[in-house]
Amino acid sequence: MRPWHWVLGLLALVARRLRRRGGETPGTAPGVPAGSERGGDGDTPEPIVPAGSPERGAENVVLGLLGLACVFAIGFVVVYAAFDVAALPNELLGICLGGSLVCIGAALAVVAKRLVVTEELEEEYPQANPEQQREVLEIVHESGSRITRKRLLVGAGLATGGALSAAALTPTLSLGPIWDTGPLDQTPWGRGVRVVDESGRPMAAADIRQRTFYTGFPEGASTELIGAPVVIIRVDPAKLELPANRHGWAPGGILAFSKICTHAGCAVALYRKPLFPVLEPNNALVCPCHYSTFDPYTGGTVIYGPAGRPLPQLPLMVDDAGALRAAGNFSGRVGPAWWAARERPT
Amino acid sequence: MGGAGAADVSRQRHDGLEDPVRFIDERASAAPLMRKAMRYLFPDHWSFLLGEIALYAFIVLVVTGVYLALFYVPSTAQSVYNGTYAPLRGTMMSDAYKSVLQLSLEHKAGLLLRQTHHWAADLFLVAIVMHLMRVFFTGAFRRPRELTWIIGVTMLGAALLEGFLGYSLVDDLLSGMGIAIAYGVGLSLPIIGGPLMLAIFGAPFPGKPEFFGRMYIAHVFLLPAVLAALIGAHLALIAARHHTQFRESKRTTNTRMVGAPLFPAQVPRSMGLMFLVAGILFLFGGLVQINPIWQWGPFHPYLGENGAQPDWYLGWLIGALRLTPSFDVTVGHYTLIPNPFWGGALFPLIVLGVLAGWPFIERRFSGDRAVHNIAERPRDAPNRTAFGVAFLTWVFLIFAFGAADRIFVLAGLSYDTQLYIFRIGIWVVPLALFVLVRRVCRQLQAADAVQAIQEQAEEEAEQETQRPQPVLRSTRSEPTA
Repeated sequence: MRPWHWVLGLLALVARRLRRRGGETPGTAPGVPAGSERGGDGDTPEPIVPAGSPERGAENVVLGLLGLACVFAIGFVVVYAAFDVAALPNELLGICLGGSLVCIGAALAVVAKRLVVTEELEEEYPQANPEQQREVLEIVHESGSRITRKRLLVGAGLATGGALSAAALTPTLSLGPIWDTGPLDQTPWGRGVRVVDESGRPMAAADIRQRTFYTGFPEGASTELIGAPVVIIRVDPAKLELPANRHGWAPGGILAFSKICTHAGCAVALYRKPLFPVLEPNNALVCPCHYSTFDPYTGGTVIYGPAGRPLPQLPLMVDDAGALRAAGNFSGRVGPAWWAARERPT
Repeated sequence: MGGAGAADVSRQRHDGLEDPVRFIDERASAAPLMRKAMRYLFPDHWSFLLGEIALYAFIVLVVTGVYLALFYVPSTAQSVYNGTYAPLRGTMMSDAYKSVLQLSLEHKAGLLLRQTHHWAADLFLVAIVMHLMRVFFTGAFRRPRELTWIIGVTMLGAALLEGFLGYSLVDDLLSGMGIAIAYGVGLSLPIIGGPLMLAIFGAPFPGKPEFFGRMYIAHVFLLPAVLAALIGAHLALIAARHHTQFRESKRTTNTRMVGAPLFPAQVPRSMGLMFLVAGILFLFGGLVQINPIWQWGPFHPYLGENGAQPDWYLGWLIGALRLTPSFDVTVGHYTLIPNPFWGGALFPLIVLGVLAGWPFIERRFSGDRAVHNIAERPRDAPNRTAFGVAFLTWVFLIFAFGAADRIFVLAGLSYDTQLYIFRIGIWVVPLALFVLVRRVCRQLQAADAVQAIQEQAEEEAEQETQRPQPVLRSTRSEPTA
């Protein structure tokens, strides 16, 4: 009962408003001088905005465009409601919403070009204000007439500001282990740690074949750590030219390197086949981000691309069950370089 | 219904506006301000709309971004996906990636808003860069508008970071590689790199779970607030000293501007542009696929993919990282300056630094400290134009090399060949262009001077021929008078 009354009341209000407007327009149409705005003692002052001629055609275009905008907007609601999530055509939604907005934009462009009064006005550019500048300085200087040790006070103020800033910034130290950069050097690898695949199954040395690559992880550690993943490949042992101190690191020609590029930390996710045997005699490990290329045969040295450091090698051994295990930790620091130790100190 | 009558209608008082205007003025004493603002003049030139496009792209970003924030989960907690996208079912992924997948595939209109948001970010930076080029090449940054310029360059930097954070939040494979590179570049900062990255990430990459919360608050609050404040300051400074203006008529001088007022001329123009920008962005969001994250899959530090390309506005950084020759600056066992520093940190700092400092650099060379309200034509400042072209070409070539792997796939030119071409080209081409552009500018100037002399001569000649005419006319008109 009550809502109905409200609706009726609203309708009556709207109707009255419309009637009042309707009655007003014809009365004002015949050139009544609009002088009342500025003084208006009968004389007719210049209008601020000069009069322009009506453009019924442009008005019609605007009305048409706004109508179209309404249709599109309603279309959006209809499309949204009519389709199931899985079948909802994103294109149609975009056309409806975008179309509606474009129509409004076009309508406003027509208003701008054809309906509003075009004016070309002149104005002086704003200038600097030397008078006020001087007064500002004067106020500041004169305000300090009671202060005798100005420099000392200013210095004390600055020192306090600095101290308070330091205090305010101190909690940011809790963000991370800022002073302890040890974590940057830690990896979950160590002598005897078994190599497992992504799903945690131990990797058998016998399953590692040539001309492909595998990703291994330390058993029991998170696969998401930067120090965890290694790329495992098997090459012809006769071709290996590992540094002298890496004797026995590659049982049966099986090599393991950190999978994190020493340049910028992407995964070394490409294993290049030698397509041009003269230039590229061997397989190589490539990072797809900036194409740093590492030679596994020589222990991960950089042969191409921007990396400045070799890929750290993980010494491997094969246990009695034939499973791969780490024989120690990496040959160098894992991940992108920073200013501290370049190679893992031995 | 004559023309004058129709115009008078608008001057009539009783149209319902009287009360609100009185209400506001009585409470805020705002009528003088409104009166002044309505008659604020805008120069009538299309190139002045580039900055407005950036502004409206920002508004679209805020509106669509608020919607996206209602669904996004900033968490790297891992769980198995069981959603509607079959190829990824059973995959371990972060809640962040999962929430964006759900938003895109399982919420009505979610994909539209995400794609529109992404397109708007790309347009935002396109418009900023175009606007920057307009201001640079017309010398509109000169006194008294240096502050406006510096704020603008700061906004460019903030927008780059904001865009990077935005697409990093998705935690798909592509964006995860981006964060890894950002981590590598951050670590490469001399001395502070390690501690700084540990502070930001909370732990070595990929960091603590809090890291995504930190990126999220930066992306949806801190940087937008910074950008909004800078936009406000930028606009306030423009309003304080007004726009520059091309010398299009004799009435335009260094102390007087000619233009159309905010109301009624500029409001429908500008609002129309806003709706067009928003409309086109939504059309793109609906019709043109961008970043189909379900195809990339979830990120894990041990995964990577070939042919990865960032959003366009970060292409210059990947190009610089790829172009840098292989070397670390080392001292004994220490890497003083790791390789990514040059391309990932120093290069953008140089570019933004040169841009920000340009008004003062140019002043040093030209000695010009005068107030300039007239926008120069590029040819009238040959040195600046030549430098600008060379500088932008340098950045653009480095940007282009970022797509060298794509160029190889498309055109067959080997990556290695391109590397050497670009390593030389990025220095030689800009230098050659500097010389060439400066010469072209000077010749255009000379041609203008010749034309001016010609026009002046013709004008004088015309006056010569016209001079007898008034005499004739006066003699002829005398009898009728």
